[in-house]
Order: sequence, then C-alpha cells, then structure tokens
Amino acid sequence: MGAWSRFLDTFFNWTVMERYFPAILKGVGVTIEIAVAVVITGILLGLALAIVRSFRVLAVNALILVFVDVLRALPPLVLLLLVYFGLPNVGINLPSFAVLWLVLALVLAAFAEEIFWAGILSIPKGQWEAARSTGLGFFGTLAFVILPQAIRLTVPSLTNRTIAITKNTALGMVIGVGEILNQATSAQSFSGNATPLMMGAVAYLILFVPVVVLGRFLETRFTWRRI
Amino acid sequence: MDAIVQQFFNVGIMTQALPLILAGFKQTVIICLIVIPLGLVGGLIFALLSLSRPRLVRWTTIAVIDFFRSIPPLVLLIFVYAGLPFAGIRLSPLAAVAVAFFLNTSSYYGEIYRAGIESVGIGQWDAARSTGLRDYQTLGYVVLPQAVRNVLPDLVSNMVEVVKLTSIASVVALPELLYSADMARSVTFNSSPIVLAAAIYLAMLWPVVRLISRLERRIAA
Repeated sequence: MGAWSRFLDTFFNWTVMERYFPAILKGVGVTIEIAVAVVITGILLGLALAIVRSFRVLAVNALILVFVDVLRALPPLVLLLLVYFGLPNVGINLPSFAVLWLVLALVLAAFAEEIFWAGILSIPKGQWEAARSTGLGFFGTLAFVILPQAIRLTVPSLTNRTIAITKNTALGMVIGVGEILNQATSAQSFSGNATPLMMGAVAYLILFVPVVVLGRFLETRFTWRRI
Repeated sequence: MDAIVQQFFNVGIMTQALPLILAGFKQTVIICLIVIPLGLVGGLIFALLSLSRPRLVRWTTIAVIDFFRSIPPLVLLIFVYAGLPFAGIRLSPLAAVAVAFFLNTSSYYGEIYRAGIESVGIGQWDAARSTGLRDYQTLGYVVLPQAVRNVLPDLVSNMVEVVKLTSIASVVALPELLYSADMARSVTFNSSPIVLAAAIYLAMLWPVVRLISRLERRIAA
C-alpha cells in the first residue's frame, strides 16, 4: 500500500464513514440544540443584566460586576467540572446536557453584559438628555433611543464572542454530552481509525465557517459608522 | 450550608492537594510561556500575509485563518494528539498542545493585528516612505506602534483567552492546573481542589480582566 492510499485509508475510509455517519449526524443535532439554547438565553440574560446595570444602583451593580468578572476570568472547563461534579454532592442532580447549557449560557451572558454595557456607555449623554426633554421616561429613553444605537455598535464584537463561546459546546465531550466531538472520539476508539475525527472536524467546519464569514462581514458592515 | 462548605471549601483537602496543584500551576505557566509568544509572532505573520498584495496569498491566508477560527480548539487538539498518530506522527501532550494552540491562537492574533494595521491611515505609510524609510522600517517604526496601541485591549483580552485555553490541555492528560485539581478531586471525591484551582485562575486573570475593561473605556472615550 502506498503512502497516499494509506493516508486515505486512515482519514477518509469509506466503510468507516458509512458506519459512523448516523452517529456523527446525531452529534450535530445535539450540538445545534445546545448552541441555539446557549445563544438565546445567554444574550437575553446579558442584555437584561446590562439594562439592570443602567439603573445605577450601587449594590446591584457591584454584584453584576463580580458575576461578570468571575465568569470572564474563569476557564469554561473549570466551571463545567465544578458544576458537573460539585452539585450532585450537595444534592442537586442535573443531566450533563443541562450543565453544559447552564455554564455556557452564563459565560455568554457575562461577556454579552460587558459588551452591551460598553455600548450603552458609548452613547453620548446628550442623547439621554434630549430624549428625556421630549417627555420620554427613563424606560422609553432606554428602549427607543439608547438601546437601538447601542446594540448596533455591539454587533461585531457580540458576534465574535458568541461564536467563540458556542464552539465551546465541544467541551461537552469531557462530561459525556453526546455532541459531535464525543460521537467522533468514541467512534474513533471503536473503529481504530481516524476517519470519525476527520468527519467531526468537517462537521464543525460546515457549522461554523458560515458564521465566521458572517462575523467578518458584519465587522466591515457595522464598524464604519463608529465614531 | 455545612454540606456546601464541606464539599467546596474544605481547607484540609485543599492543603493536602496544594503541592499537586502548584506543580500543575507551573505547567500552566510553561504552556502560556510557549503559546503566547508563538501566537504573537505567528499572528503578526498571518496579519502581514492577509494584507499582502498578491491576491492568492491574501485569500489563502484568510481562508486558513477562518478555518482555524471555525474549529473548536479542543477538536483541533484531539485531532493533533489522537488523530495524527494514525498517520505515524506521534507528539507528546506538550508538543500537541503547543501545535494546536499555536494554530488557534495565531489565527485570532492575526485578525487583531490586521484590524490594528488597517486602523492606521494609508497616509502614514506614504508619509513614512517619503521620508526615506524602507517598507519594513515603515512597518516597524511607524505603523505597528500605532496599530498595537489601537488594538491593545483586544491583544490583552486574547492573552486572557490563551491562559483560559490552557485548561483544555487537561483533556490530553497534560498535568497542568486543571488536570492536577481534577485528579485531586477524583481521589478525594470532593470539589474543593477545583475551587482552589479556580481561585488561582481568578487571582491570575481578574486583575487583567479589570484592566481590559479600563483600556476599552479609555480608547472609546
């Protein structure tokens, strides 16, 4: 067997591919489910925290700041192991799927809060004053004047951060969530062949290259207006 | 309440695990010292290639950068560590970590440098060239210093990401901070060692995270 055909046999083996395609596909489904759940809940929670922060209640803001900073400073895998192995010992049992969702959503919420808050701060004070002087209340000003401008500014960094955190669904392998990487590594050890790993990598590329390219487009599309 | 203290803040178990965890911390520092400089240099090369004149070079580089930004670092690491041996390339855990994280990190640094270089006006190039500076001198003395200043928060923020990334090395049994803590956890059936590791990550990174928020606000102002 030549080197080339040995390479093909190791990484692009047809029989292996056919046998494990359903498993990988199931993994893709799980990854998409978790990713969608994380993105929706994480961004909404982040936005909610940023809005709460704009009330400028000192004690509340201190709490938000600590939450945000701790979740930005800790590696997600550390949080994952802490929640997954720690909670059952104090009587809280969550399925590994829920643990992965919870941890990633909280991490995304922390980063999103910081990005939204920076967006809100970057809107000049005059916008607040002008809106209030037209008779809009605090909420009206926030909802109709400040947030639409602020969120527009946050689109590029929020997209990039969301992509980076969504890719962390692969960490689910460590706690046994049946996502792509988990399916690929177990198929690899069953078959003694590297083809499933290659399939897993390709699956991630198919999922994420479009979003990465979209992020690149949003960056050029939305940043030119930056002051 | 008592159960929580026992399970997460058990000082006795933390003291026992401390030597192991400190040894792991040393490994984490070593990985960072390898990966961050490699990533900074590789990223600069990526950035310069993605801004170079030949269209083929430019597009290939951007494709490579997007490729590595699309693959989760853990997938890349497992591919390098567990996949390449099938092709006869067998790397130690540290070498696999260095290769995988280098590719991942330099793609991100590449994008940051590129944004920085693009933020420096083309007039700066023209002006510097007209004073008689050569291309590489213009880049080194005029453009890069301004570019780096403009994207400093992102550069520092990516450094935090790299330090956090090193925890993934535990999956390929490299005895770094998280691996050591998790080993102590599985021996003691107690989460306190992981809390201790988390405290070390916090002590390392919280000041930097604060610094980033301040830098971002200063540049926005």
